[in-house]
Amino acid sequence: MLRRTVRFLDERSGSAPLLLKVLRYLFPDHWSFLLGEVALYAFIVLVGTGVYLTLFFEPSLAKTVYQGTYAPLRGVQMSDAYKSTLDLSFDVKAGLLLRQTHHWAADVFVVAIVVHLMRIFFTGAFRRPRELTYLIGLLMLFTTLLEGYLGYSMVDDLLSGMGLAIGYSVAMAIPVVGANLALLIWGAPYPGDPAFESRMYVAHVFILPILIGVLITLHLALVMLRHHTQFRGERQSERVIVGVPTFPGQTPRSLGLMLSVASVLFLLGGLVQINPIWLWGPYEVGQSTNGAQPDWYLGWLIGGMRLVPSFDLTIGDYTIVPNPFWGGALFPLVVLVVLAAWPWAERRLTGDRRLHNLLDRPRDAPLRTGLGAGFLAWVFLVFISGSADRMTVLFGLPYEQLLKAFTVAVLVVPFVVFLLVWRACVELGGAEEVEHEREAAEAEARAARA
Amino acid sequence: MRRVRNWVIGLIVLVGTLGRRRRGRPKEERMVPSGSASPRSEVVVTLLLLAGAACAIAFIVIYAIDGLAHQTQLLGLAIGLSLGFIAAALIVTSRRLVVTEEIAEEYPEPEHPDERDAIVEVVHESGDRLTRKRLLGTAAGAAGGALGLALLAPAASLGPALETSSLYRTPWLRGRRLVDDKGRPLRADDIEASNFYTAYPEGADPGQMSAPVVVVRLAPAQLELPPERSGWAPEGLLAYSKVCTHAGCAISLYRSPLFEPVQPGPALVCPCHYSTFNPASGGAVVFGPAGRPLPQLPLAIDGRRELRAAGNFSGPVGPSWWGVRKGRPT
Repeated sequence: MLRRTVRFLDERSGSAPLLLKVLRYLFPDHWSFLLGEVALYAFIVLVGTGVYLTLFFEPSLAKTVYQGTYAPLRGVQMSDAYKSTLDLSFDVKAGLLLRQTHHWAADVFVVAIVVHLMRIFFTGAFRRPRELTYLIGLLMLFTTLLEGYLGYSMVDDLLSGMGLAIGYSVAMAIPVVGANLALLIWGAPYPGDPAFESRMYVAHVFILPILIGVLITLHLALVMLRHHTQFRGERQSERVIVGVPTFPGQTPRSLGLMLSVASVLFLLGGLVQINPIWLWGPYEVGQSTNGAQPDWYLGWLIGGMRLVPSFDLTIGDYTIVPNPFWGGALFPLVVLVVLAAWPWAERRLTGDRRLHNLLDRPRDAPLRTGLGAGFLAWVFLVFISGSADRMTVLFGLPYEQLLKAFTVAVLVVPFVVFLLVWRACVELGGAEEVEHEREAAEAEARAARA
Repeated sequence: MRRVRNWVIGLIVLVGTLGRRRRGRPKEERMVPSGSASPRSEVVVTLLLLAGAACAIAFIVIYAIDGLAHQTQLLGLAIGLSLGFIAAALIVTSRRLVVTEEIAEEYPEPEHPDERDAIVEVVHESGDRLTRKRLLGTAAGAAGGALGLALLAPAASLGPALETSSLYRTPWLRGRRLVDDKGRPLRADDIEASNFYTAYPEGADPGQMSAPVVVVRLAPAQLELPPERSGWAPEGLLAYSKVCTHAGCAISLYRSPLFEPVQPGPALVCPCHYSTFNPASGGAVVFGPAGRPLPQLPLAIDGRRELRAAGNFSGPVGPSWWGVRKGRPT
């Protein structure tokens, strides 16, 4: 039976050699190599649950009066988009489960990508010949941020409206062309043309998912063509890869991981409430809620926008750089450019232009690890300052002072972290060297005695 | 004739494959090394798979029951456990039932200089017949560029990209009444100090950014309005655009009453990035990222003690753009 199937496929596609290669493709074994897979499986759950949601969601801003199951909102005027999401949550069986699983999967997807990126960075996996794989991954991360933002923005609840107002303001703040760009995208001054809802919808369910799918394909194709990286070991070298073949070794592991990820996401979706839109109410331009927080992966932009002091850069009557640009557009752009330029910057700094299949441990490259840790600390501090208002509520600290403390921390702590981590790496490396020397000396002594 | 030929070819192919099969690898040289059997693990995997199946069936049953309490939670639990059990079965399989030996092999060739040279050669030689490469290149660039622009041109229909005058427009004009969200006029005597009111222009779309205003009452002695705005706040009643000049969120926090040592005056605060504006001094920014004061709407009290706009805002409403300081609201 198996022989016949393989023959059928091979005769029609000539793919037996390729198939054999795939079956015996080697996966080096380390837990941190599974982080990218977690992201992939979260994406699969996102596509599956997302398709289900599109069968019920109505991307329309037409006004209607709610008369549905959820009593507190009866009689309230709202858009079809918001109403259909309420109906999906209250009246469609398993609708709330799939909506919440979708939302959780989005949050986990971005976590997995970010942690995966950190693994790639701190082990030097981005080095020649894998710079393209790395760049495609970065592009995917930023596409995903936009995808997630559009996902919760098109629901048209109060939080999503506030997020869109901020997005519009950041677009308006782009120097020289901002207002024109914002009017083009929104179709009219905020809240924009009703067609803007359809634009978000088609971007969220069609254009961006396809883009992400294409990028994933390219990413994985490049990984396979150059093979995986691996940590140093007795048999491992720059020319020899040691790993478990796809089949039989890796297949049950990967499938097990896929189902584990799906299991956790569905358990979260069923048991842990996320984005209860019925509590926010429909969006009105004149309404907002206190303590509003975006999904975690946009927290760094809120933080960036909060930390910028009060000024618009002006020349005469012209406002050259409106304030939201700094935190909402320039900051993420700097992060993207720094990360994207790093492989080439590191090559310049270290003069190391060789091909690398063996990974560094973080301590093996003190400069990279130190700079990376400092950079991470910088972004992370901006990120948590986006929740300064929650800290005010939780700990009773005055917001203004808290924000000033964060401003100082954002400017100082990254350098401290850099110095500490760099020093720690150098010391760890030094200690290992001493250890090696001692072992060598002991061996020598033993040999001499013998 | 043709039939006979086909038979002959078929026979040759058959003999060929038989021969190849016979020449195949000897039985003792395995591709996957043999491992010891583990019947107990097989039992464990079987039980896990059955548990997964049972939970999946439970999911269907829970789904089928109408009006079940906590249905979402139970559904999530059932499908999550089903996936979890099957995942566990796969993980036990990978650890106990299949060989996970590590194999070493060479990395693929890092470079293919011959093929690279061949690619360059093919491209160069293909262009040998062309005598005016630069001319043709320019023409092709022009064709491609123009076609690209033509295909992109319809995107301009998306919005009035070159017509930014709409950004200055507001529904407020002299004499327009302030109404609440139910359309009832705001009366001067109903506005209490230390309270906060949202109002909209009567008869206009409340959904546009320039529509909502906040109305507060301060003691007239407290006011520090610029001289050209004297008379904008009759009886200490002030109206400001409710949309933050930083990032367009609604300003829905009013800091009053106060804790004197750190908060010396009343303040309108936006919950998105905590831009803080002083209503006593014409909406000046006192904290936070906003780059412009909050636009003030001049008020008047008519004969029926109802609030009316006495003109348009002091400046354009909402977030800044390149032209925000160039024009007045219209």
